[in-house]
Amino acid sequence: MIAFLLKRTANAAFVMLAVALLAFLIFRFFGDPVEMMVNEQATLQDRIELRERLGLNDGFVTQYTRFVTNAVQGDFGISYRNQQDVMVLIKERFPATFELVLVATVISLVVGIPAGVITAVYRDSRLANMLQLGSIIGVSLPSFVVGILLILAFSVSLGWLPAFGRGDTVDIGWWSTGLLTPSGRAALILPALSLSTFQVTLVMRLVRAEMLETLRADYIKFARARGVPKARVQWRHALRNCLMPVITLTGMQIGNLIAFALVTETVFQWPGMGMLFIQAVTFVDLPVMAAYLLIVSFIFVALNTLVDITYAWVDPRLRDDTARGNG
Amino acid sequence: MKLRHLMLATAAVASLTGTAQAENVLKWGANRDIGSLDPYSFGDSFTINVLNHVYEGLVRYNKDLKIEPALAESWEILDDQITWRFKLREGVTFHNGNPFTAADVVASLTRVSHETSPLKGNLPAYVSSKVVDDLTVDITLNGTYPLLLNDLTNIHIFDEEWMTENDALMPTDVGAGTEGYATYNANGTGPFIVESRQPDAKTVFVVNPEWWDEPLHNLDKIELTPVNSAATRVAALLSGEISFTNDAPVQDLPRLAAAPNVEVLEGVDLRTVMIGFPFRETLTTGEANPFAQKPVREALYKAIDLDLIHQRVMRGKSRTAGATVAPPIPGYTEALDALPGYDPDASKALLAEAGVPEGLEFEFNCLSDGLVNEEQFCQAIASMWSRIGLSPKLDVAPRAVQSPKRTNGKTDVYTLGWATLPLLDSYSPLLQIFHSKDGNAGVFNWGGWSYPELDALIDAAGSELDLEARLALQTQALQVVKDEMIMIPLHQQPMAWAVTEDVAEMPLFPDAKPRLWFARMGAAE
Repeated sequence: MIAFLLKRTANAAFVMLAVALLAFLIFRFFGDPVEMMVNEQATLQDRIELRERLGLNDGFVTQYTRFVTNAVQGDFGISYRNQQDVMVLIKERFPATFELVLVATVISLVVGIPAGVITAVYRDSRLANMLQLGSIIGVSLPSFVVGILLILAFSVSLGWLPAFGRGDTVDIGWWSTGLLTPSGRAALILPALSLSTFQVTLVMRLVRAEMLETLRADYIKFARARGVPKARVQWRHALRNCLMPVITLTGMQIGNLIAFALVTETVFQWPGMGMLFIQAVTFVDLPVMAAYLLIVSFIFVALNTLVDITYAWVDPRLRDDTARGNG
Repeated sequence: MKLRHLMLATAAVASLTGTAQAENVLKWGANRDIGSLDPYSFGDSFTINVLNHVYEGLVRYNKDLKIEPALAESWEILDDQITWRFKLREGVTFHNGNPFTAADVVASLTRVSHETSPLKGNLPAYVSSKVVDDLTVDITLNGTYPLLLNDLTNIHIFDEEWMTENDALMPTDVGAGTEGYATYNANGTGPFIVESRQPDAKTVFVVNPEWWDEPLHNLDKIELTPVNSAATRVAALLSGEISFTNDAPVQDLPRLAAAPNVEVLEGVDLRTVMIGFPFRETLTTGEANPFAQKPVREALYKAIDLDLIHQRVMRGKSRTAGATVAPPIPGYTEALDALPGYDPDASKALLAEAGVPEGLEFEFNCLSDGLVNEEQFCQAIASMWSRIGLSPKLDVAPRAVQSPKRTNGKTDVYTLGWATLPLLDSYSPLLQIFHSKDGNAGVFNWGGWSYPELDALIDAAGSELDLEARLALQTQALQVVKDEMIMIPLHQQPMAWAVTEDVAEMPLFPDAKPRLWFARMGAAE
């Protein structure tokens, strides 16, 4: 087991190094931060000196090594645009993104699971067909369109909810939360809905497929034969057996949502990590871009590694797959 | 239940009367956030513009964009012709209560011209400054230089004591990787005080009751919120969540104008849009470069149907230009503004005469996030050039990607917009675009041209202290630019702001900078 853990961790570290390398390669095509930092009247000499001070003239290997060495110690430097410590910037934005993702996940489960059960149990009923149709729309509409439509309906026409921003926030230590103020909660609704549309569909379809499978199982028939009420069989016995993959999927999707929140955050001017990244790209703010990519990929890698380790713990067959040469 | 209704009603009445007596809060939805609270740390004109509400310079622009005294009351040039003596205003205090003195001016000028300051180019002629007495400062330049006042409009004055206390005497050096106090805190003399700031979310400014000048505005508070997405900005304006934006998207103007609670303010920007040519030996394809010959540039100029671009691409909202500077800019004359006339047949003849091969390929470099409708007018021009037998390859990408190609000569024909900021004088494009590359000069001379007679005119203007004589030299230089067709001017681009009905007065400035100390709100009057 220890060997397995070590191997997994080493894999994760390797992936992180590869991500850093890729990020660095991409930056070469992002352009020159110095052109964005100086004003129109700066001379050629000023520009060359600034480039030198930022270490942009060093060789690729030198820059990469310096970056990795500092990043391992949690030091990503300071932002070119904001002149703030990059870790502080990201730490400030992380709660906003996390709350958004959390609420979107809750919405996707609360809406998606019942919808999935209904479409499986009452197949071909009018309600189920409508839900199915709705899910197709949910998958096919890009989330920025959903966002704009929500803004048009609820902010411009009805005037119920704010079109942008995070409302008032309350600080608890370094964590800022919008969940404790009325304006913060109101501001959270539209972005969370918009972010969750895809997720709702995904959960619903997964639950539906699993339910259809489970409802055919013998023990469901026996339960019915024993006289257990239909609803109890469906919502309790069958659904419980469907939830394992849903939980796995939801866990894995959190990383995805954090990455996809970027679009939603731009539409709703949500002051989260995605917003920070988009602005960093516009201004070629290399330290922020590098840190964002690394942190998001770290979240992905950490989630995956955790899932793998949990599986190995649950299922001993996975532990020494290499020794036997098969899966 | 009844009691509850009563309470609700009372609350409603209270909130109504509350609005009637409420403060005048201007909610400004900008298309981006300011970089930091330190105007000297990132060479970004929007940040400087916004922070001008908090910090002030020795001189400032008035409503007509003429220079007037601000923190300095008067000035004179001493007998050596290179030292300027400024008499400072008495009784001015910083937001923290410290008095404004000559030492503050010297400390600020030292900070902005420090070698790690990205803004040191804004004071090109500055050498040193010294305190004469508490309210007198001498600034020494590297030669006779007529545009010091124009430069100083953008140099914000900090409090020396405050900077010393907080270890902020030097600008934040990104290369060193340490943060600066002035990034998070501000202490100026201006009409507004920074109350709070959450980057990318909201920055709040409150009125400075101790301001030295008689306020023309009636604002109590400004809330600056960046709203990057254009669609969201429009929605926020329609729903009244913001009361002002300095970037109303062109495609949404009819919709905004039709809304009962929104007023659109349209004008023509000072920014002149131009096309530049390479003067190198070869093109990026390796072929010989024909653009260094004037007849070839003339051919490309005459092949552009400026009227069609004005009507179709710019929807009739631009101002077609023949001069490389806009009419309000000193040095402009009507003669400079003559148009060449659209004549594709003449273009073909000129190209044939110059021996330009049929179907000559060259790159045409445009920005996707640059000028108004840039992508569209570039496409239009590329197809107009195809019609006279050339094969321009359109290369459209964001500024961050294109800038290095342009500055390193890795492209051929390119676009450039120039608003003459921050000088608001035709000396700005002459020195920075049309002069040969040489230290401070020709930084934007991306084509790499060199006209010694033009350089001589510009250099003469750069040391001429008499205004009339200087402008005559600059007009002459602009005429050379025009005759040689070094760059092709297209138009001055449109600009649009929008306000909701709460805002009574919002003067639109052609340099596209909001100056909210001239704004008035109507609700409370």
